[in-house]
Amino acid sequence: MKIKMPRWFYQLASPRWFYEITGKLLPWFTVAAVLLLVTGTVWGLVFAPADYQQGNSFRIIYIHVPSSILAQSYYMMMAIAGAVGLIWKMKIAHVVAGACAPIGASIAVMSLATGAIWGKPTWGAWWVWDARLTAMLVLLFLYIGVIALNSAFENKASSDKATAILSLVGLVNIPIIKYSVEWWNTLHQPATFTLTEKPAMPPEMWIPLLIMVLGFYCFFAVILMSRARIEVLEREKRSEWVTKVVQEYGK
Amino acid sequence: MNFFMSALKRDLLLVFRHRNDIINPLAFFLMVAVLFPLGVSPDPTFLSEVAPGVIWVAALLACLLSVDGIFRTDYEDGSLEQMLVSSESLYLVVLAKVLTHWLVSGFCLAIISPLVAMMFFLPEQGYFSLVVSLLLGTPTLSLMGAIGAALTVALRKGGVLISLLVLPLYIPVLIFGAGTVQAGAMGLGIQGYLALLAAILVLSLMLAPFAISAALKISVRS
Repeated sequence: MKIKMPRWFYQLASPRWFYEITGKLLPWFTVAAVLLLVTGTVWGLVFAPADYQQGNSFRIIYIHVPSSILAQSYYMMMAIAGAVGLIWKMKIAHVVAGACAPIGASIAVMSLATGAIWGKPTWGAWWVWDARLTAMLVLLFLYIGVIALNSAFENKASSDKATAILSLVGLVNIPIIKYSVEWWNTLHQPATFTLTEKPAMPPEMWIPLLIMVLGFYCFFAVILMSRARIEVLEREKRSEWVTKVVQEYGK
Repeated sequence: MNFFMSALKRDLLLVFRHRNDIINPLAFFLMVAVLFPLGVSPDPTFLSEVAPGVIWVAALLACLLSVDGIFRTDYEDGSLEQMLVSSESLYLVVLAKVLTHWLVSGFCLAIISPLVAMMFFLPEQGYFSLVVSLLLGTPTLSLMGAIGAALTVALRKGGVLISLLVLPLYIPVLIFGAGTVQAGAMGLGIQGYLALLAAILVLSLMLAPFAISAALKISVRS
């Protein structure tokens, strides 16, 4: 069976085309990210009503929730990009996957750190063996494994493929890990954290959260594109168009 | 099938020529287990409480320690390359190697685990669940570990890297394995846990050899 993909998909495989199209997209994403993040932050931190149980300390969710969502979707994106690279032998996909790993790991750290800061006033401890916290920690370990493997190879082509395989193995395992950790958690600890099960949020609270999530997506898309663009230039440094780009930049 | 048997026979023969490879994981398993009473407390009630987790962690580390060598010698003397270019199914080659590793590490660990259980004062009704959970869980550890070994076989600094890659993947097996022993020691039903361990084993038995084969191809070409 032969699957035919749309034309833009194949065009994206050309490093030059990728560089040009991301160059055009970058300013739009930057503007969107700044607008969304500023609106979301001000709205969430200043105007949104305080929680009736947790007071103002709940406001960290405007950072915590978006980073948790992004940490997971970045892993998925890394694995899918790796699969695309393996199947269609697309170098750009490996570049994107490689750029995802360090970004994803730093977002996972951010999610854990904000979770700890929120946990101190709410649960009275920096760290609690809660299912979601533990699953996020394991996700961070998976990211660390991918980064370690990626930097261990000297040959770029094999390091690309090896990390793609590892991230696919991780992707298959993530649901299993997530459910096993949840199950372990219910076995070992009574569900005392009904505090986290917030009553349905009023719109004044979740609209800024939604804006923050979108803003995070745009912001990290900007970072991802910038990293991938630099990596493309680095890898294609022998080609003519890169020389041209660098010369233009120098003028 | 004939091919699988001959591959298995070869690998087992190689192991029996280096008998230390069989003893080392077992000795490591015992030593790690002994560290806990020395480091924390020899109190019987404490030990019987932590026994399921400690024995499982020790078994997991022993498997991890030995998994590094699963493809190493074949890679270094070039026979791995011959296996890759041969017309026989790589799936079966990989399966034979993983089975050999399991027979040497996980299977032997399961057999001597009652000894450690006795030193940890595990209630006697938990012995059966300990052996069965190790028999069902350690093949998964060998399969997952082989993925890490295949990815790192061409690298000089394999050891620490393998643990970084593989340990997060071991977490579900550890949770369900230690859970089985806890339930068994308390006299509860263990069928649910065993079913989950078996499900993970079937899934990894289906998928892991493909990942291992792909990883070996990359490692040999690099």
